[in-house]
Amino acid sequence: MSEQELRIRKIRNGTVIDHITAGNALNVMKILGINGKEGLVVSVAINVPSSKYGRKDILKIEERELKQDEVNKIILIAPNATINIVKEYQVIDKKRLKLPAELKGFPRCVNPNCITNSGEPVETEFYVIQSEPLKLRCKYCQRITSQDDIFKQF
Amino acid sequence: MDFKNKSIISIRDMKRDEIDFIIKSAEILQDNWKNYKDYLKDRILGTLFFEPSTRTRISFETAMKRLGGMVVGFSAPEGSSLAKGENLIDTVRVIENYCDAIVLRHPLEGAARLAANYVKIPVINAGTGAEEHPTQALLDLYTIFKEKGGIDGLNIALLGDLKYGRTVHSLTYALSNYKVKLTLVSPPLMKIREEIIEDLKNKRIKITETSSLDEVINEIDVLYVTRIQRERFADATEYERVKGSYRIELKTLKNAKKDLIIMHPLPRLEEISQEVDYTNHAVYFKQVKYGLIVRMAILLLIFGFELK
Repeated sequence: MSEQELRIRKIRNGTVIDHITAGNALNVMKILGINGKEGLVVSVAINVPSSKYGRKDILKIEERELKQDEVNKIILIAPNATINIVKEYQVIDKKRLKLPAELKGFPRCVNPNCITNSGEPVETEFYVIQSEPLKLRCKYCQRITSQDDIFKQF
Repeated sequence: MDFKNKSIISIRDMKRDEIDFIIKSAEILQDNWKNYKDYLKDRILGTLFFEPSTRTRISFETAMKRLGGMVVGFSAPEGSSLAKGENLIDTVRVIENYCDAIVLRHPLEGAARLAANYVKIPVINAGTGAEEHPTQALLDLYTIFKEKGGIDGLNIALLGDLKYGRTVHSLTYALSNYKVKLTLVSPPLMKIREEIIEDLKNKRIKITETSSLDEVINEIDVLYVTRIQRERFADATEYERVKGSYRIELKTLKNAKKDLIIMHPLPRLEEISQEVDYTNHAVYFKQVKYGLIVRMAILLLIFGFELK
């Protein structure tokens, strides 16, 4: 049994989010709305060694699958994350997240004077200008929304 | 170059050859505009000013009428459907049925781009929030071009409220297409946003920042003055102090180059003393005339007329 497996045991059914940018597992939980009161069994590993990234976080959520809009939000704070769907201890689907060049509908623009924050029936749209740390340029007002600004929206 | 049916939303969308083309077109129009007086006959321009404006609105309306066109629209939300709670998208979709082009001013940033996304006719941004005023930037460049004989190689100073002034932001991005030295002179509280400096670091423009005009007055070719707004200061005494130190008077200019030009987007309050108006440095009223010519050129171009 590897050192990692000793830290968190395998799960029977659920979702394992691996390669979360180190220190961001709790933000991912925030995105998923997990605060411990739902009764889900959740294991969190923070700042564990990673051969690829130096350090990473891992989140294992039992008996829960992710919705697409949740996945789209996770990409924004953990662009290297992989999402493994587990059934009967087997990984039946493995998705590597990929940050798109443009985003639509999420997050909100940080600029309170942006037309997208005014109640117009329009979704936010961004160009991804930097992935880590994340920097998005609003297609409308051109202002930069940073990773910290996005964290504040959860 | 084809501007037919094109919207003018942001100076950042425009490449240098497009800007130069507009400047060249304006120059052709400058002495011959009367030859074009019927070109826009039967065309209607919608001027939608969701924020009060005197100069820009009258400039666009005059430009349209000088070319034989007509103007409909409103100024400030009173009396408009906005007061009834209609959103911008619906407003421009309605106006599109009456007009051949829209000129839009709006207090929110990104409003012109949003409007342009929902209509088939061209939209000209006449000032949105604190970010953009592209036609002002174009007329500023044209003024520099006409008064200095070119733009490359100049040392251009922007003075005053560089943080909130939309004309300053658009002009900075416009100038970044040229090989100029940009000197930013402002109180520390009103420095240009770091984000803009960051955006321009790979451009040809060389930027220096200072809070003292006296230190740089003898080096600059163009002094672009903007208003320092009282509402930006929590402390009235601090406002008076800052305002005083950025006021242009004859004595401020004693070390200036003889051919320094002083520009201002207007309205001017106390930041330039009236005694300066009578010097050869002052071009801010000529700038208004150049603005009319540039807006006439833009209207002709977006309606598909090339100036040769």
